[in-house]
Amino acid sequence: MFEKALSGDRRYWGWIIVLLAVIATGGRFYLRQLEYGLGITGLSRDVAWGFYIAQFTFLVGVAASAVMVLLPYYLHDFKAFARVTILGEFLAISAVTMCVMFILVDLGQPARAVNIMLYPSPRSILFWDLIVLNGYLLLNVVISRVSLAAERKGEAPPLWIKPVIVLSIPWAVSIHTVTAFIYSGLAARPFWLTAILAPRFLASAFSSGPSLLILLCLILRRLSNFDAGKEAVQKLAVIVTYAMLVNVFFVLMEFFTALYSDIPEHVEHFRYLYLGLEGHAELVPWMWASSALALLAVLLLVSRRLREQPAWLALACITVIVSIWIEKGLVMVVTGFVPSPLGKVTTYVPTVPELLISLAVYGCGALILTLLYKIALSVRGELRA
Amino acid sequence: MAAKLVAVNRRKFLKIAGAAALGLTGSPAVPLLAREPTWLPPVTAEPLTARRWAMVVDLRACLHEDGCRDCIAACHRAHNVPDFGNPKDEVKWIWKEHYGEAFADQAYDYVSAGFEHREVLVLCNHCDNPPCTRVCPTQATWKREDGVVMMDWHRCIGCRYCIAACPYGSRSFNWRDPRPAIAEITPQFPTRTRGVVEKCNFCEERLAVGLLPACVEACRNRGLAFGDLEDAGSEVRRILRTRYAIRRKPGLGTQPEVYYLV
Amino acid sequence: MYDAGKIIPGLLIFFALITFPIWYGLATGQDAPAPKIEKPKDADRCIEDTAFMRKEHMQVVMDWRDEVVRDRQRVYVASDGRRFRKSLTGGCLGCHTDKSASCDRCHDYLSVRPYCWECHVVPQGDQ
Repeated sequence: MFEKALSGDRRYWGWIIVLLAVIATGGRFYLRQLEYGLGITGLSRDVAWGFYIAQFTFLVGVAASAVMVLLPYYLHDFKAFARVTILGEFLAISAVTMCVMFILVDLGQPARAVNIMLYPSPRSILFWDLIVLNGYLLLNVVISRVSLAAERKGEAPPLWIKPVIVLSIPWAVSIHTVTAFIYSGLAARPFWLTAILAPRFLASAFSSGPSLLILLCLILRRLSNFDAGKEAVQKLAVIVTYAMLVNVFFVLMEFFTALYSDIPEHVEHFRYLYLGLEGHAELVPWMWASSALALLAVLLLVSRRLREQPAWLALACITVIVSIWIEKGLVMVVTGFVPSPLGKVTTYVPTVPELLISLAVYGCGALILTLLYKIALSVRGELRA
Repeated sequence: MAAKLVAVNRRKFLKIAGAAALGLTGSPAVPLLAREPTWLPPVTAEPLTARRWAMVVDLRACLHEDGCRDCIAACHRAHNVPDFGNPKDEVKWIWKEHYGEAFADQAYDYVSAGFEHREVLVLCNHCDNPPCTRVCPTQATWKREDGVVMMDWHRCIGCRYCIAACPYGSRSFNWRDPRPAIAEITPQFPTRTRGVVEKCNFCEERLAVGLLPACVEACRNRGLAFGDLEDAGSEVRRILRTRYAIRRKPGLGTQPEVYYLV
Repeated sequence: MYDAGKIIPGLLIFFALITFPIWYGLATGQDAPAPKIEKPKDADRCIEDTAFMRKEHMQVVMDWRDEVVRDRQRVYVASDGRRFRKSLTGGCLGCHTDKSASCDRCHDYLSVRPYCWECHVVPQGDQ
């Protein structure tokens, strides 16, 4: 099946070459980072986690969203999702791979990463995170391989794959519950120390992931003769709608607890985000944009008339993804460190090398996704012939 | 005015210090069992032991000592802590904060005169219930039986989870190669390399050969006491019996073992 | 096999080229120059004998680093009962004071780069 990725038209190869160029550029800067150290980024003594870890946090949500397609299809026989499950699984593979890559580029001593396995530390959430991430990757690789191979032969998949698929559903929930636990168990960081962080992660995952899947379906309909079907796309849109409503609701819950209790170490993080603190207001426009886009997304999605028009739906999905990306992929991680435990406000701005390395990781993910989708579509194309 | 704060029984201390000093000064008249560099402590040097090491910082010792950095200089010199000259790459094991920052939860408007800008020595608290050791995915940092929160720079992968978990900001990361920023390298102690986290280690390498921590020895006003909290006769216990002490962020349950006499 | 007339001679030439060092050395009786370590001038014995150290010194150093840092076992008892402080800079380099004439000779020859020296200080001359 893999040979299907090696044949394609000029547009396909042009896209691959662009991705390879992006990867090579960032790869060169990563070599520089290995030589100089993580000081090449905008990180500092006070803000120890930044863009890399934030991308990991965002992408974990995208990875888990495959469950939103698998659950209705396999547990509730929602037939409309039949053609879309493989896309969800491949998106999960691409996203989890990017998650692991972002963690690796963030390590100060990446060659020692294997120490996590050599010296297991069950009290550390990072230990569990690596287990669940790699387990989820393995699950999705096996499930997608077996399903696609069976589809290609025109047979039903083997019976043993069903419990594996069912396992992947709670496993998907676990990957970002565990990722949320990385943050929500730290007494040192009041901004993250909230029980609703894991539910928020789930809600934003089920908003951003299926949104991305909808956009990919719309793109694929343009680029090939793959059509997910109106019912599948609309059902995904409804899922995104409810998930986004829950997401906004959870954020409002956070506002209430922090602002009504008026405890300084909770309030000051929100003040930093929305008003600026001690003259530092770098994140303020981003935060207002994220909130405004979230509300706009809700308005666009709640209206059924708009939701059923592809152009408006695409716009809504883009606003969802951008809003959640700003919140998870830019703001959440850094704000945990500002102000510091000693009350200091430190500016963090990702540097150009940092951004290019991140872009290279995204390039790797896009490359994996491109190759996998090409395989899936070619297999489907065969059957149609 | 400052009470003499010597942690261990004075005679024992002098005996150990004398033997160690002989080994350290490298007098050629002292025959060693095999040829070793003269600064290596003798094989016979006995360690200081405890069940729960703790430190008491007398904030009054820093009064009228503006600009004094004796303890900081001693620590950073003994441990090859780099000085990059910028807050982004900064690495520090022990330093001074203002009272309002070190004790943010104890600051109020009309605090006693001189307190607001009082300098407070801050360092790793070697907590009894450390959140940093809990989160380390490789156990590159762990709490020893005698209370020291240790760092293993061979094993650290530089994930900085411990930095995120420390409520006191005690930990630093090597964002770049530290060697160029070390004015004078002390060969007795390794430097670190880029990509690992470091912090105060309660001078465990000095405790191992019977010496007190460098900062404790260096303070010109004997402002630091160091001893075994589980030993009812130790100096730290004696001080805590007679003087009221506070700790940083006690409400978080970390049980810090650095006590401050205000 | 297609093109056997080209492939088989090509393979033979390839193997001949790739095994050149072996048969050339055998034919001319020349051995590759072995690395020569300079022993320390005024130290009598190492912690163990040469054969053991040559084979095991890496493992010794790896064991020491965990024993000192993690197990607080700072004294090494040699097989003949002598006791030493475990230390790379102070112990090993205390006698082998010129790293470039001892450690580096074999390491450079084999293109091995232990990263110990990124942290552990190489003392300047004799301290």
